[in-house]
Parts: sequence; structure tokens; C-alpha cells
Amino acid sequence: MIKIENLHKYFENKKVLNGVNLDIEEGTSSVIIGGSGTGKSVLIKCILGLLTPEKGRISIKNNLIFENGKFKKNSKIKIGMLFQGGALFDSLRIWQNVSFYNIQNGKNKKLCFDDAILNLEKVGLSKDVVNLYPSELSGGMQKRVALARAISIKPDIIFFDEPTTGLDPISADVINKLIIEKVRDIGATSLTITHDMSSARTISDKIHMLHKGEIIWEGNKDTIESTDNPFVVQFINGLSEGPIN
Amino acid sequence: MTFIGYFSLPVVSLTSFFTGGALALQIYYGGNQFNSEAIVSSIVALGITRELGPVLGGIVVAGRVSSAIAAELGTMKVTEQIDALKTLSADPISYLIVPRIISGIIMLPILIIFADIIGIMGGWFIGTQSLGFNGSVYIQNTVDFLEVNDISSGLIKASFFGFIITIMGCYQGFNSNGGAQGVGKATTNAVVSASVLILASNYIMTNLFFAS
Ligand SMILES: Nc1ncnc2c1ncn2[C@@H]1O[C@H](COP(=O)(O)OP(=O)(O)OP(=O)(O)O)[C@@H](O)[C@H]1O
Ligand SMILES: [Mg+2]
Repeated sequence: MIKIENLHKYFENKKVLNGVNLDIEEGTSSVIIGGSGTGKSVLIKCILGLLTPEKGRISIKNNLIFENGKFKKNSKIKIGMLFQGGALFDSLRIWQNVSFYNIQNGKNKKLCFDDAILNLEKVGLSKDVVNLYPSELSGGMQKRVALARAISIKPDIIFFDEPTTGLDPISADVINKLIIEKVRDIGATSLTITHDMSSARTISDKIHMLHKGEIIWEGNKDTIESTDNPFVVQFINGLSEGPIN
Repeated sequence: MTFIGYFSLPVVSLTSFFTGGALALQIYYGGNQFNSEAIVSSIVALGITRELGPVLGGIVVAGRVSSAIAAELGTMKVTEQIDALKTLSADPISYLIVPRIISGIIMLPILIIFADIIGIMGGWFIGTQSLGFNGSVYIQNTVDFLEVNDISSGLIKASFFGFIITIMGCYQGFNSNGGAQGVGKATTNAVVSASVLILASNYIMTNLFFAS
């Protein structure tokens, strides 16, 4: 579904991605783990075309979308994204946020409003919030609204950037469950970034570890417990001593 | 639209009123007071419509509007809302920038029409209240002296300033990075660059319109 070959991304002269190779199968839920600042968000933004990599190839559904330093327009495949901070539009009401895509595409206002209520219900929010603004909601509620907005476009692929960060363990678990359910409902392929190991274990079919701009380990929730890769062992046990400094 | 136009009206009006008044005083005391009634009214009218109305109005609006646009778009940038727009297939240029520029280009001239009227009233007020001019003669002089060209050149300038104000706000906001501090910097840069560009382009436009 998504194939990334030898992807490089630099900022000024700082190397962030240093030859990433990643293969994600259709209909699976993949998780990328890795320490802060290893380039996880940058990787996703490169796939979304929000950042332009220096080198490498990206294909989606066997269509080459990035090669030779250039993106090719491919509007057939819809990609949803849940941003690290939610990124709700703070000048718009909740329902306008959730139905933003449909409103922009000229769909009838009333339908968009009703659609927003349905999508909010799917993420467990009542219709009391539809007319509020994002700043009037708690962080956890904002994440849910952002999730509702991301699934409202019925994406083929959906990215989650640290969906559970900043949430209490119970809310985090609710979000994990929602991700699994919603992704299954819409039949999307998903890629989730997280440092939250319990979240990674819950939602993943496959786990990839990013370190110093490269994928250094791949496996799943069972093999990750038994691996002797020192980077993975240090990361999942949260040890300060080890090869990652 | 309402933000640029309506809410800027009080501050633009005040600026213009006091400028008209001060201009009247300067001309009266600076000149030889011979035939001062006609000279004061005509120079106030010219000064306000051609230069001071649009330029001061433009700078006051730059302080209010460029900064507000830069802060708003800068915040959207650093909180990834602009990235979010793109992932929802909305084009940030046509969604965020174009409407702001259009309202700047339309609202500034409208605002400056008010500034012109109120600035001339400022001169009239000082003229009648403290310089002892006859009110209706003052108005008559102003009307006789002003030409359409004086007013329209000022409004063309105003429209261009509206473009500068909004595009500088958008540019600085869009290119801000680095959290709250970056947004603060974008805000300041927007006001400074818009103000300097207004003054510089005003000189060029005056040259184009009148030096021939
Ligand atoms: N727009 C940018 N300009 C310059 N440097 C950037 C930019 N975006 C990211 N970086 C740098 O790239 C590196 C990786 O950033 P990224 O946001 O991908 O980290 P991350 O793995 O998502 O970390 P976290 O888990 O903390 O979110 C960081 O060192 C960051 O400073
Ligand atoms: Mg990140």
C-alpha cells in the first residue's frame, strides 16, 4: 500500500531522515516507535507531501508519488491525518471542523451538520459539543474531534501522530479502541506514531522502530517482547542506560 | 471584512480628525495669514485626500490588521492547522490568503473615504472654532478647490495599501515557525514591513500620479 525507499530529509544541514525503507501492507495497522526527535513526524509529513524530501521514492498503491525530488499529483487516494496537537481550526465550530472537507466541497450545510453529529457519535461525543469552539473542549475531547474529522473524509490511508500523548490512561485506551474500530469500519490502512508502548501493543499488526533517521527494527507485538535488539530492548523497557543516548 | 473595515473606523477617524486639525493650525500659523481662509481649507483638503488620509490611515490599519493577520495565520502555522487544511484537500492560498487580500483591497478605500471626510472636518472644526473662519465659506472653498483626481488618487493608493497590509500579514504569518516566539516575531515583522512599504510605495505613486 505504502512503499518508501531510501528516503532522505535534511533541515539546513541537519540530517533527520537518513535512508528510510518502509513497506506497509494494505489493510494493516502499523506502528512506528522511536525516541523524541528521531524524525517520526517528519516521515509522515513527507508521505503526506507537507515536507519535501531530498532523495528517495514513495509509492502509494503502486503509484509512484515521489521521485527525483518531486511530488506527482495523485488525488485519487485519500489520506486522513490525526495531528500530534489535534490541529483543529480554532475559528470554526466543532461541527464545521468535523465536516470541513464536505463543506469545502460544496455539500449542503444541513447535511454537513447532521453528518458531523453522526461522526461525533462514532467517537463517543454527544451533540452538546457541536456548536462549541475547539478551545472550549478538553485535550482528550479535541483528539476525538480530530479523529472524527480525519475519518469524515473516508480515507484509504490514515495516519495517527501520537494519538494518546497527553491523555490519562483510560482516555488513551478509549482512543486506542476507537482507532482500531474506526479504521476497521472504513477499511483503511493505518500508520500510527507513538512512544506509548501499551498503545503500540494494542493497535499494531506490525511495529517498526525508527532511530537516527533509519528503520532499525521491524516485527510485531510478540517478537518485540523476545527480541534482543539492544535499541528495542532499551526503548520498550524505558531504560536510560543503553545504545540510545 | 468587518474586522478590517468597521472596527478600524474609530481609530482611523480619530487619527484623521486630529491630523486635519493640526494641519489647519500649521498652515495658519506658518503662512503669512494673508487670505488664510482659502489657503488653509485648500491645503487641508489636498493634504488629507492626496497624502495624509491614505498614508496615516494605511499605517494605523497596518498596526491593527497586518499584526492580527500575522498572529492568526502564524498560530495556525505553528499549531499545524495549515498542514491540516492541506490534508483536507483545501488550498491554504485560496482559503486563507485570497479572501483577506480581497477584503483589504476593498475595505481600505472605503475606510479612507471616511478618513478624508473626517480629516477635512478636523480642519474645518479648528478653522471655525479657533481661527475664526466662516464655516460655510470654508466648506465652499474646499468643494471648489478639490478635484476628483485628488480624491481618486488617494483611494487608489488606499487600495494598494490594503494589498500591502494584508499580504504582509499573510506572508509573515505563513512563514513563521518556532512556537509562540515565532508568532510574536511574525507579528512585529508584518507591521514594520507593511508600514515601510506603505511609505515607500506612497512616494512612488505620488510620483507617478502627479509628477508630469
Ligand atoms: N520544519 C522544521 N525545520 C527544521 N527542523 C525541523 C522541522 N521539523 C522538524 N525538525 C527537526 O527534525 C527532527 C525530528 O522532528 P520530528 O518532529 O519528526 O520528531 P518526532 O520523532 O516526531 O519527535 P516527537 O516524538 O517528540 O514528536 C527534530 O530534531 C526537529 O528539530
Ligand atoms: Mg512528532
